[in-house]
Amino acid sequence: MTEPLLSVRDLRVNFPTPQGRVDVVKGVSFDLGQERLGIVGESGSGKSMTGRAILRLIRPPGRVTAEKMAFQGQDLLSLSERKMRALRGARISMVMQDPRYSLNPVMTIGRQIAEALHVHEKLSNSATRGRVRDMLEAVQINDPDHVANMYPHEVSGGMGQRVMIAMMLIPKPKILIADEPTSALDVSVQAQVLDLIDTLVREQGMGLILISHDLQLVARYCDQILVMNAGRVVERCAAGDLDSATHPYTRGLLAAVPRMNETRDTLPTLDRTTWEGT
Amino acid sequence: MTAAISLNNLDISYSGKRVVQGVSFDVAKGESFALVGESGSGKSTVLKAIAGLAPEWSGSMSILGKPRGHGPDKGLATTCQMVFQDPYGSLHPRKTVDAVLSEPLAIHGLGNRSERIEKALSDVGLDRRFRFRFPHQMSGGQRQRVAIARALMLEPKIMLLDEPTSALDVSVQAEILNLLKRLRAEQNLTYLLVSHDLPVVGFMCDRVAVMTKGQIVEIAPVSALHHGEFTHSYSRSLYAASGG
Repeated sequence: MTEPLLSVRDLRVNFPTPQGRVDVVKGVSFDLGQERLGIVGESGSGKSMTGRAILRLIRPPGRVTAEKMAFQGQDLLSLSERKMRALRGARISMVMQDPRYSLNPVMTIGRQIAEALHVHEKLSNSATRGRVRDMLEAVQINDPDHVANMYPHEVSGGMGQRVMIAMMLIPKPKILIADEPTSALDVSVQAQVLDLIDTLVREQGMGLILISHDLQLVARYCDQILVMNAGRVVERCAAGDLDSATHPYTRGLLAAVPRMNETRDTLPTLDRTTWEGT
Repeated sequence: MTAAISLNNLDISYSGKRVVQGVSFDVAKGESFALVGESGSGKSTVLKAIAGLAPEWSGSMSILGKPRGHGPDKGLATTCQMVFQDPYGSLHPRKTVDAVLSEPLAIHGLGNRSERIEKALSDVGLDRRFRFRFPHQMSGGQRQRVAIARALMLEPKIMLLDEPTSALDVSVQAEILNLLKRLRAEQNLTYLLVSHDLPVVGFMCDRVAVMTKGQIVEIAPVSALHHGEFTHSYSRSLYAASGG
């Protein structure tokens, strides 16, 4: 077996509270190769903190510890901030939840994407423009030259998210972390954006970490799934085996989702006492 | 029998720009009716017009047989109440649950406030210790319960629900959907629900209207969701995008 792109062992994130430090991620371990990994859980389960910890985006007083957190053999925990900055975006990049808050409102889309490229590669202006145009075409924006001159408020949510993806993929990273990339979007646009991420990730042989609260969605777009609850991984399985998941929390989550051909009178809800302490 | 909500050829505009055109439908008493569509299709705007939050409309609306005028209507508040999408935004951050729930009672001069509040809290499944909490001391699901309790304070007949669970986790969503379903059965309410989530609509509603670009393209019984029996091409593509 080849060495995984990213290897995480016993990752812990904690924050201080008046009652002492509280672990929000309590020992998460996984390996990521050129595959699609889904992390699912409810609000507060620590799934976003896991994604952020990989990029060392957790600021003090939050503290990150791990037995091992290595990207292509490089130890991410001991890297200097300067080296980390070169790695962020260029090698591992992250798509955030809501394009309305994550894009710079006073900069045109073309300039923002060019900036992402400029930080990591030295290219001439015309070469940069060409790459930006190619990238916008790759994310299926029909009129790239026109869109490049627009400001974020002039485009729709779905297009904004495609711009974010373009910005994240233009330095050709090896790993893309997508933190709820579509929860601010409509159902019909969601599928388009995820299909796009899926195609680009496959074509470029990247690793994808898809963080979401939507089990069905993760099952559709990922190979492996980690289910998190209260900072711990409670279940890991192949996406196809999700229906035969065994942990009561996973089963509870699956049952609580209304189905298209719904005939149940009441939806089963989670009894939050049954898996406490697992 | 008069319909609970009857809309006839309704056009709605925001500052002169027409966003909804020619919407007509009737919702029977005790029925649960859904409006589905993408953002920008005008589904929430229809709810806002009924609640009086989008006053630029033409056509006709009647609520329980009474024509609705353009001005604010205090009487309407006792028959028709709205629950909004985001429980984080729809509760006043510096008012306790008790203050939020007693406000409609004070406006309408109703007595027995303490008992009514306790009853409303128990109806939505909140413990009485939540009565003097602030919104930031509660979870999203608990806040949405408070928002539902607030809407129920005046014992309305019609509830306008604008994406009541889309800001919540699936497990919490299940609790709130069960709650709404139970309340409807207990208090014989009429629901007009706006959602983009077709399975939620399948669970909650009897009939569904599909909207796109400000117009209703199809009204179907909810059984259409079980088998994907939609006639209009837009409804079919929406159904397909939702994994149907």
